[in-house]
Amino acid sequence: MTEPADTLHIALRLARDDFRLDIELHLPGQGVTAVFGPSGSGKSTLLRAIAGLEPAAAGTVRIGTDTWQDADGSQPAHRRAIGMVFQHTALLPHLSVEGNLRYGWKRAAAADALLQRWIERLALAPLLHRRPDSLSGGERQRVALARALVTAPRLLLLDEPLSALDGERRAEILPYLEAVRREAGIPILYVTHAVDEVARLADHLVLLDAGRVMASGPALAVLNRGDLPLALREDAGVVLEATVESRDAHGLLSLRTPAGTLHAHGPAHAAGTPLRLRVQARDVSLALSRHDDSSLLNLLPATLTDLEPLAGGQVQARLDACGTPLLARISHRSVERLQLRPGMPVWAQIKAVALLV
Amino acid sequence: MEAALPAWLLATWVTLKLAGLTTLILLLLGMPLAWWLAHTRSRWRLPIGAVVALPMVLPPTVLGFYLLISLAPDGPIGQLTQSLGLGTLAFTFHGLLLASVLYSLPFVVHPLQAGFTAIPRATLEAAATLRAAPIDRFFSVVLPLARPSLITASLLGFAHTVGEFGVVLMVGGNIEGQTRVLSVLLYDQVEAMDYADAHVLAAGLLLFSFALLLLMQWLGRRTAVGHD
Repeated sequence: MTEPADTLHIALRLARDDFRLDIELHLPGQGVTAVFGPSGSGKSTLLRAIAGLEPAAAGTVRIGTDTWQDADGSQPAHRRAIGMVFQHTALLPHLSVEGNLRYGWKRAAAADALLQRWIERLALAPLLHRRPDSLSGGERQRVALARALVTAPRLLLLDEPLSALDGERRAEILPYLEAVRREAGIPILYVTHAVDEVARLADHLVLLDAGRVMASGPALAVLNRGDLPLALREDAGVVLEATVESRDAHGLLSLRTPAGTLHAHGPAHAAGTPLRLRVQARDVSLALSRHDDSSLLNLLPATLTDLEPLAGGQVQARLDACGTPLLARISHRSVERLQLRPGMPVWAQIKAVALLV
Repeated sequence: MEAALPAWLLATWVTLKLAGLTTLILLLLGMPLAWWLAHTRSRWRLPIGAVVALPMVLPPTVLGFYLLISLAPDGPIGQLTQSLGLGTLAFTFHGLLLASVLYSLPFVVHPLQAGFTAIPRATLEAAATLRAAPIDRFFSVVLPLARPSLITASLLGFAHTVGEFGVVLMVGGNIEGQTRVLSVLLYDQVEAMDYADAHVLAAGLLLFSFALLLLMQWLGRRTAVGHD
């Protein structure tokens, strides 16, 4: 896990009748890179092309010193050291869970310890003799994850691994994904269209639209940028890094963030635990003075930096709280009544804070 | 030696040999052909699919007639076999085998094609990302998943060859120990008014066909239940 990082270089072009993919990316050789974008933006196609499953894709795919594809030729999928998890798991239906795990493990001639390690980490021991069609959706994804990891891949590709699961199953598998992120020691490309998954898992973020890269950078920086379509979505918001300070008898956590201290209910975390928080624009309102008589716990001083009109009489306000951006969604009427102008000091009143980890 | 054996035993031997070899050849030819039909985007897919299906609707005598013309000493296949030093194939067991392979082709290719089409592309792609090369994927994923279709194709190909009559009579004739199969023997017995033997043979063929189809239904049901 401490070896020097292998940078990922991807330059791919693919033209279909109604769709063009034209991508150039240099990605960090560690951590989770989320590939995010609306459906039809080319996320899955990009992942499939990296895996070698899109023969029509031309360009370069290189990880560290390993070249899988360049102008001189392209390795077929079975010669690329990738692990891939598909949206619909695609477990081999005629093999048991163990048979599925051993299928790629045997062909990759990987170490026995690797097999045992992921069986243990993803809690698969009780499932080894089950058939794929007798597993729940969450169990299937765990098997698919382990099946990919035991081939000792240099790159893990996850194609919307949670999208076929309901909320409960999602919550069940997220801790496993976090274990994989912590322990796999290889770069992970994670395709998703769910902001909360990006905010929770991603270190790096690539934003795709219509087959092109709109932004690529550290996840929080890209998520909190105001100039991307992400900021205008109904669920726009910002993600903050926080550290747990304390937890009172009622389960209320004090969280230190670069923007100031926030409070939220949450499970018991030791002081010093790093967390990510998400504050949605629609949960933030503005006041010109501090209201200590309000029931709201979360008040942060900030400077208004920008006002952007939205459809439906709404305005999105951008704030700067000690160097951290915040978004607030308020009505056009409030802007007029409070005579809000960029540069004004305001109080951000935060109704809800979502803990992401 | 052979002359000493009863006619029905000789005809049974010829029939089983013919049906067995036909099925074997058809599985070997049919698998690549069915795979191609299941996955190609070529514009030849439809015409070739239609040619494969032709024997299902063509009167067997039409197929037999054209084969006979081709196999004749001055026909294209006849000239080829003569130049290879094989003589002509008309009225020989090998000629009969060739005719059977063509005649039973759709009964083997269609179940295989259906079986191959039913295997999701994602399953094969997953196997590829697990380091399995194409031939490896065929043996480790395609064949196990298409096993019910393989069994159906074998049984149908075998049963359909046992049941053929028109093509046999046109191409193979009626040579005891070589080309006389059970269906032709039955015809002979009826012509000779030997109804006692004809009854035994007809009932035997009826029972055989019923048993084979019953086996197919049972296997089909078992796989369907197994996949629930």
